[in-house]
Amino acid sequence: MPVEQKVLGGKIVQPSSRRQSTSVFGNLDWFTVLLYFVLVALGWMNIYAVVYSPENIVNIFSFDINSGKQLLWIGTGVILMIVLLVVDYKVYEHLAYPIYGGIILLLLFTLAVANPVAGSRSWLDLGGGVRLQPAELAKFATALAISRFLSNVSLRQQNMKDQMVLAAITFLPAIIIILQNETGSALVFGAFILAFFREGMSPLILIIGGSAAAIFILTLLVPKLYLLIGVAALMGLAMFLDYRLMRRFKTMIALFVLIIGMVFSVDYFVNDILQPHQQNRIKALINPEADPLGYGWNVTQSKIAIGSGGFWGKGFLEGTQTKFDFVPEQSTDFIFCTIGEEHGWLGSTILIGLFMLLLMRIVYIAERQKSVFGRTYGYCVVSIIFFHFVINVGMTIGLAPVVGIPLPFFSYGGSSLWSFTILLFILLAIDANRNRELVR
Amino acid sequence: MNYLENRKYVIQAIFLVVGVVYALRLFYIQVVDSSYKQAAETNAIKTVIQYPFRGLIYDRNGELLVQNTPVYDLMIVPKEARNIDTLRLAQMLEIPLEDARERFKKARAYSWVKPSIFLQMLSTQDFAHIQDNLIDFPGFYINARTARGYPHKSLGHALGYIAEISPKQLEDTSYHGYRPGDYIGKAGIEMEYEKYLMGKRGVKYKMVNVRGIDKGPFKDGAYDTLSVAGQNLVSTIDLELQAYGEYLMDGAKGSVVAIEPATGEILAYISAPFYDPNLFTGKDYGKNYMQLLQDPDKTMFNRPIMADRNPPGSIFKLTQALIALEEGVINPRTQFACNKSLVNCHPHPSPLDLYGAVQHSCNPWFFQAYRALINQGKSKNTFTDTSLGLKDWREQVLTFGFGQKLGIDIPGEKTGIIASTDLYDRVYGKNRWKYSTIYSLSIGQGELGVTPLQMANFMAIIANKGYYVTPHIIRSVGENGKPLKENQERHYTSVKPQHYEPIIEGMAEVVRAGTARRANLEKVGIVVCGKTGTAQNPQGPDHAVFVAFAPKENPKIAIAVYVEHGKWGGQSAAPIAGLMIEKFLTDTVTMKAQEKWVLSREYLNIKSK
Ligand SMILES: [Zn+2]
Repeated sequence: MPVEQKVLGGKIVQPSSRRQSTSVFGNLDWFTVLLYFVLVALGWMNIYAVVYSPENIVNIFSFDINSGKQLLWIGTGVILMIVLLVVDYKVYEHLAYPIYGGIILLLLFTLAVANPVAGSRSWLDLGGGVRLQPAELAKFATALAISRFLSNVSLRQQNMKDQMVLAAITFLPAIIIILQNETGSALVFGAFILAFFREGMSPLILIIGGSAAAIFILTLLVPKLYLLIGVAALMGLAMFLDYRLMRRFKTMIALFVLIIGMVFSVDYFVNDILQPHQQNRIKALINPEADPLGYGWNVTQSKIAIGSGGFWGKGFLEGTQTKFDFVPEQSTDFIFCTIGEEHGWLGSTILIGLFMLLLMRIVYIAERQKSVFGRTYGYCVVSIIFFHFVINVGMTIGLAPVVGIPLPFFSYGGSSLWSFTILLFILLAIDANRNRELVR
Repeated sequence: MNYLENRKYVIQAIFLVVGVVYALRLFYIQVVDSSYKQAAETNAIKTVIQYPFRGLIYDRNGELLVQNTPVYDLMIVPKEARNIDTLRLAQMLEIPLEDARERFKKARAYSWVKPSIFLQMLSTQDFAHIQDNLIDFPGFYINARTARGYPHKSLGHALGYIAEISPKQLEDTSYHGYRPGDYIGKAGIEMEYEKYLMGKRGVKYKMVNVRGIDKGPFKDGAYDTLSVAGQNLVSTIDLELQAYGEYLMDGAKGSVVAIEPATGEILAYISAPFYDPNLFTGKDYGKNYMQLLQDPDKTMFNRPIMADRNPPGSIFKLTQALIALEEGVINPRTQFACNKSLVNCHPHPSPLDLYGAVQHSCNPWFFQAYRALINQGKSKNTFTDTSLGLKDWREQVLTFGFGQKLGIDIPGEKTGIIASTDLYDRVYGKNRWKYSTIYSLSIGQGELGVTPLQMANFMAIIANKGYYVTPHIIRSVGENGKPLKENQERHYTSVKPQHYEPIIEGMAEVVRAGTARRANLEKVGIVVCGKTGTAQNPQGPDHAVFVAFAPKENPKIAIAVYVEHGKWGGQSAAPIAGLMIEKFLTDTVTMKAQEKWVLSREYLNIKSK
């Protein structure tokens, strides 16, 4: 074997001597693995705290309760991650499309055969009481497919047709998932925009997307007139500060008209097009106190639970507001309430800090990949985890609409835990082998 | 490519901005804004404990002994009970103002927001009165539950009572599952059979909004658990006999225990003076309890199983005779002279054989029989011989259930005392005592202590000619429950059945023509076998004992009557036993003269010997 010389941006880069080990475990990013296990363990304890009742104490390991079952998922997750690490890392790139195709078929199959559970047709009954939600698996499959596609055709060089294909890859699973009545999970696919941005997508789209989202939420929060006055004032200020915008006066006027149109159409969309339960979720965000036992129930209760935790929290298992599904979906979507109540601001902030560490670390890992595939996949992973984090924590503190998606690694549920385990450990497998990859 | 790489900073900035915004938002919700904390206190699930119905207790004929009656606790939530006119409240509740203040303090100390009991166990009348006025006292409400009720006011000592679990018990892990404010059996059957009677608590979760208004069951009651009623008990007590016995003992002090010999079932259990068990159910429970505890007659003293300091007196002569027969040191025809130089006696024909000695309770006879039993010449040394004899004797006495707990299902049973070589060695020194030291044992005096229960059980042994079944007061648990296994064990004595015959004959003579003629029921065709006794009492008049069983053939009842300061067993205790035997066997009382005599308490005026 000749001496490896890697060329990056015209510079000769010596492979890191510390990363010479041929074993995948030797090159594994143990810091991320540690973060993973810390989050999973903390989640597990909080899942126990949810079902803990001094009236009826059940052992944390008992399979009668969620914590016991979760332990089973954690255990099988460990086996899963070992498998993901030991298989040839090239498989992920080479089989990206077949995996993606298989998952799409599975999604369609589920849509066709699933028995509706609470209106959702996303669960596949595997028998023996085990159920699988293929929508969870679609996340890593789509991330693989996107990465594969971008590793062949850079976003900067894409023509219209390529862009259409990329959009199709991204949104096809989302559409099927919407048809399964799992809108929350479908929204996750919008998160890939972050990965696209890193790979060269015009920042304008990010800005427009972000602004549109802001206007959407503000339309619901603030009276329309105030909102429009505010927008006009901001635009005026921008033009005052930057003379170039002044020259584009007509464009600015057009933009303002566009925003007016958007505000009104959002209003129309929410009140006339959305189904009542979707309306409620959005309205709960606006004013949960209006009807605390109605649609605002979740948000009100979760804020009360978190708020009652104070600075230090009430202590492990000492919570009173987060028991018995008082907040619905307590151990899955609203698990953060338990942290908030029992561990207070300190615990909540530490958890946020842990997620920040994880997100930063994944960005770091993505950036050190020598292949576009690896890097893009890393950004896809971080986008999904970030989106889940933003929505899941945000909805419990009234900063995001109530969308039923779990907190990564933390929430109760096998599909979710497996899905994130797969997502993360494929990245770690690719990362552990990055030195074998030649820069394209 | 480099400028794209810089986009990672944009992305990382987005992450950090979100993280910081969330942390700030949490800081606002959790630390700055206190409204959520207040909301959590009231806008929550209210837990309503569903107290189970405690098991009922029936007598052997299906009469209800213990029932549940509704009582009402006045509850307080201190947080909501602000600006209360304490004086008016005290007046309404008819408690002293200081008391009301004290109760406020206690409730606040327990919890500012959680409800606690302000005044417990209001009667139905009090409840109606208070309910009407409660509107003026926010933060107060009435919680209904059930308390024990005793329709017949009988059997207090055996039934025991329930009361709030003590802090000490709460710390004890064997009381796992109990919570402050729970009621628990504290004595008697209520304590012994707690695990059957208690049932299982249920919990209901109710949603309450910010204003404390009930918003209905939480999750349509999905988390509610139903309470499970405790199991009913069937007692062996014959309520009619019990009540009649209490009627006869009213005003006296002492014990009556009646046992069905074949089964060990307790038919009557009287500790006099007795008390109405209903005293322990109302709001004055504490006051009543302290009063009874302090009264000079020791009402709370559970005499039948705890009075074990009194020597059995003459009735113990029967035990001595039985063991002497078994040892072969006497036979039914053995004669001894009434030699008053040995021990005092009263006038009667002499010499007597065993039958006569039992009938006339001749002290010198038993002095001599017991000497023959103790000093069998197993050793040439008198001291050693006495010691060996006493040791053998004691072992046999224990087989009669004396000197040990019989294992009755009422807590607090005492063992009694049976003289032992150790005891005398301790007092006099080893080999420093002989028969002349211990001879008073021969007539049931000296270092002996026997509970009334052991006396009645002794009668059951003679009636059964050699064994007893563990005496018990609960026959079965639950619907169609089978008799409890632990209560069916037979315990055999060291004495063979044939040796009981002459004793029984002698006992029949005691009632027919001896000291206990007041228990004679020949008029109604019942042959009663009995023995009187007198226990010397340095504090006053002697205590009187009468033990008996009847009928002579196929006995149905064994009884022990112990009357404190009753002087003569034949005058005070025997008629009570006779009347109760007649009542139990024939369901009627024809011996009206005896009944009148007992109730007159004239036996207390008979000159002591
Ligand atoms: Zn004599």
